[in-house]
Amino acid sequence: MDSLLSVRNLVTRYETDSATVEAVNDISFDVLPGETLGLVGETGAGKTTTALSILQLLPERTGVIKSGAICYKGEDLLSKSKEEMRLIRGACISMIFQDPMTALNPVLTIGEQIRESLEIHNYDGLSREQLDERVDELLEMVGIRTSRKYDYPHQFSGGMKQRVVIAISLACNPELIIADEPTTALDVTIQAQVLAMMMDLKNRLKTSMIMITHDLGIVAQTCDKVAIMYAGEIVESGTVRDIYLGEKHHPYTVGLFGSIPDLEKETRRLSPIEGIMPDPRNLPTGCKFHPRCAHCTARCEREAPPVYREGSHEIRCHLFAAEDANGN
Amino acid sequence: MLKYIVRRVLTMIPTLLVVIFIVLFLMNLTPGSPALNILGPDATQEMVEELNHKLGYDRPFFVRFVDYVVNLVQGDMGTTYRTNRSVFKEIVTRYPITVRLSILVIVIACCIGIPLGILSAVKQYSFFDTAGTVGALFMACIPAFWLGLMLVLLFSLKLGWLPASGTDHWYSYILPALTQAIPQSARSMRMTRTSMLETIRQDYIKTARSKGQIERKVILKHALKNALLPVVTMVGVDFGFILGGTIVIERVFSINGVGTLILDAIQTKDIPLVTGCAVFFAFFYMLVLLIVDVLYALIDPRIKARYRGQKA
Amino acid sequence: MKKNAGNPERRRKRNAFINRDTWRRFKKNKASLVGLILFLIFVLFMIFADVIVPYSVAIENNISQRLQPPSAEHWFGTDAFGRDVLARIIHASRYSLLMGIVSVVIGIVCGSVLAAIAGLYGGIADRTIMLIMDTILCIPFMLLALAIVAALGSGLENLLMALVIASVPIYVRVIRSSILTVVESDFVEAARSLGTPDRWIVLKHILPNAIGTIIVQATMSVGTMITWAAALSYVGMGIQPPAPEWGAMLSEGKNYMLQYPYLVIFPGLAIVLCCLSLNLMGDGLRDALDPKLKD
Repeated sequence: MDSLLSVRNLVTRYETDSATVEAVNDISFDVLPGETLGLVGETGAGKTTTALSILQLLPERTGVIKSGAICYKGEDLLSKSKEEMRLIRGACISMIFQDPMTALNPVLTIGEQIRESLEIHNYDGLSREQLDERVDELLEMVGIRTSRKYDYPHQFSGGMKQRVVIAISLACNPELIIADEPTTALDVTIQAQVLAMMMDLKNRLKTSMIMITHDLGIVAQTCDKVAIMYAGEIVESGTVRDIYLGEKHHPYTVGLFGSIPDLEKETRRLSPIEGIMPDPRNLPTGCKFHPRCAHCTARCEREAPPVYREGSHEIRCHLFAAEDANGN
Repeated sequence: MLKYIVRRVLTMIPTLLVVIFIVLFLMNLTPGSPALNILGPDATQEMVEELNHKLGYDRPFFVRFVDYVVNLVQGDMGTTYRTNRSVFKEIVTRYPITVRLSILVIVIACCIGIPLGILSAVKQYSFFDTAGTVGALFMACIPAFWLGLMLVLLFSLKLGWLPASGTDHWYSYILPALTQAIPQSARSMRMTRTSMLETIRQDYIKTARSKGQIERKVILKHALKNALLPVVTMVGVDFGFILGGTIVIERVFSINGVGTLILDAIQTKDIPLVTGCAVFFAFFYMLVLLIVDVLYALIDPRIKARYRGQKA
Repeated sequence: MKKNAGNPERRRKRNAFINRDTWRRFKKNKASLVGLILFLIFVLFMIFADVIVPYSVAIENNISQRLQPPSAEHWFGTDAFGRDVLARIIHASRYSLLMGIVSVVIGIVCGSVLAAIAGLYGGIADRTIMLIMDTILCIPFMLLALAIVAALGSGLENLLMALVIASVPIYVRVIRSSILTVVESDFVEAARSLGTPDRWIVLKHILPNAIGTIIVQATMSVGTMITWAAALSYVGMGIQPPAPEWGAMLSEGKNYMLQYPYLVIFPGLAIVLCCLSLNLMGDGLRDALDPKLKD
């Protein structure tokens, strides 16, 4: 199957007068039609930057895509004009932002905000009434009473606002939805509800999705494939099976799993990853993870690790690359 | 909405009372008794006491305050010392000039400052933005009364295009209005620019862009209304400074408004007249603040909803 | 741990209001440096006015020299009483700067105390203070200052008092709102929940965080106060002649301005430059203290 979206060797930087932030460093991944890819990592790993790069919504002047290719249905998005890109946003690829509290315009009714997407991409020349019907339909889909479309965002709770945001993102039946931590800002009980609704809609509408999160539980529930990001790189990727049941793992992934409680095993304490994320203005040489890695060798400090492959499972670590070399 | 306006008008009343209290209190601090100020230093003790009694200044301060308020409600603000005319009439004959001038200033300033501020923010880092902000910074530092002198020097005395004083023609208002409008529009522009830049950085602007909205509409439909909210408030506050400035500008252009009236009254220590003018200015300013608040509520649904009598 | 991005020591330093970073950012901003230098020149004039030119030159009449246009001897010319305009401008900077700085310092101290009481204790204290301040704010600034001068009589002290009283409510508002954002922030909540005494919270957390706003506000206010003081003097309610003051000089020069425009141009420029220097500095300080506003 051809991939819907394929990102190849993407490098994105934020350049200001005083510093250059190396936000995304040479990442590649594919999203197949109907598939959900989980992008997992700590805050500052470059997940959101990746999403903004795909939509080309990086902050003007500072955010720059240095190199790489982003292909949507075989067409390179990076070579498209601003106007062509605008027509893709919302219609083909849409985005759900992290914080529903700030993602909605406080002075417009939610009905107006949902309608807006429809109006922008109204290629079928739908009439006013038909657009209204579609707004009602979308509200019903996300479980909001249609009578509330005349209400303003401040009249809704956080979970309801996120439903509105989801309705906006679904408005034009996009083929790919990028959800940037869609439930992080919500209460835990609401999280499950919203997530379940999102997955239900996604399956019904057969949309592809990139799920950006730092929550491995959400990934297990929702994703087909997983890419784990660290300091702007994908350190490990594979199917959910590979990541959750595979035997070999990048030390960072092991660390990530060590920081969540496991109900089945009886461990006294969680084992958090030592240290903190490196400063993206000044990344370490070699393997970006080596200052925090328990298995760090002299080689890790010098050379960037090669990719170790096992079927669909890819790991970027000297640990396994060495094994691989010895084995063969 | 009506409920909101009524509530707002009702809150004006105690404020106005306190303002009158403050003004009367300040005037009460004037050294020497009022009668002595009227009669001059040659007056005998009895003459002073008699006049003080006649004018009611021998009564306690609080009684005089209540008296003043009661009379004010009936449209009586006392009589002037010098000419013995009704203070109310003096103000009523002159207030249109002051009101016209100050409103003209704020309208011109908003019409120039707000669009320029928006443009400057949207085209941040462009030549226009840099030139505009530097220009505005400079303009905002020019004291209005000095700018007035410079404008008179150039357009009235040297070129002879516009009158240097008075309010005889409609074009007499051009120079006095511009005098205050130029620095004020610079201030409005800076304010609008800052607010707009802040707004453009908000998440909902990103949402609008992610919908594929065209940039012009992102600004006009999503950013503008939000960016104007703080500007509306600031314009209201600035109106107070414009009113104060008008007092000085009326002097610069020899305009016979309430500003000139109060300055003359202060110089002649004409307490009823000073008090009356001060009450007028405060009342007018509060009226403008009221209009600004209503405008704000009209733009911001969060406030509108609160007074629609439904859950917020 | 190699890099110290989240190092608590470093973060603590970043919260402190003035540090090397602030100065570095301030220095990088050319406009604010120009402002600083300009302001320092005015301050030097203020301090060394008597050394540069004796006060007598600025106030003693010299009818034989009256209304001389700018020349090598009198750079800015002489006024209707034959007094050197430059000398008067230099000595006037004493009055103006002194009034500007002193009124702002007193005003800010009073304003901070009131704002701290209002912001920290809330409840009745907050409501009472803000009610009074809001009411005073309903009187246009100039009008209030005029009324105070009218009641107390003109003169340096009374003018100063008028400026302070009229400006305190503005400071209270600004400082209170910046204190409130700090008070409502999580780290103050945290400090409170640990049982830290209020006094300590004010000193350790609120003051250092609010002081940035206060400094910026103060810098800008000095310029505003100088302008208002000049305006009050212009209408004859401030510094009285023959004492030199920029506003009063404009008022005196007004009658001669057609033939002798330098009489009104130079004192006015002095006000503009002084005000400009302070605003440039204020802008630079704001950007330096709050770098996230920049990008």
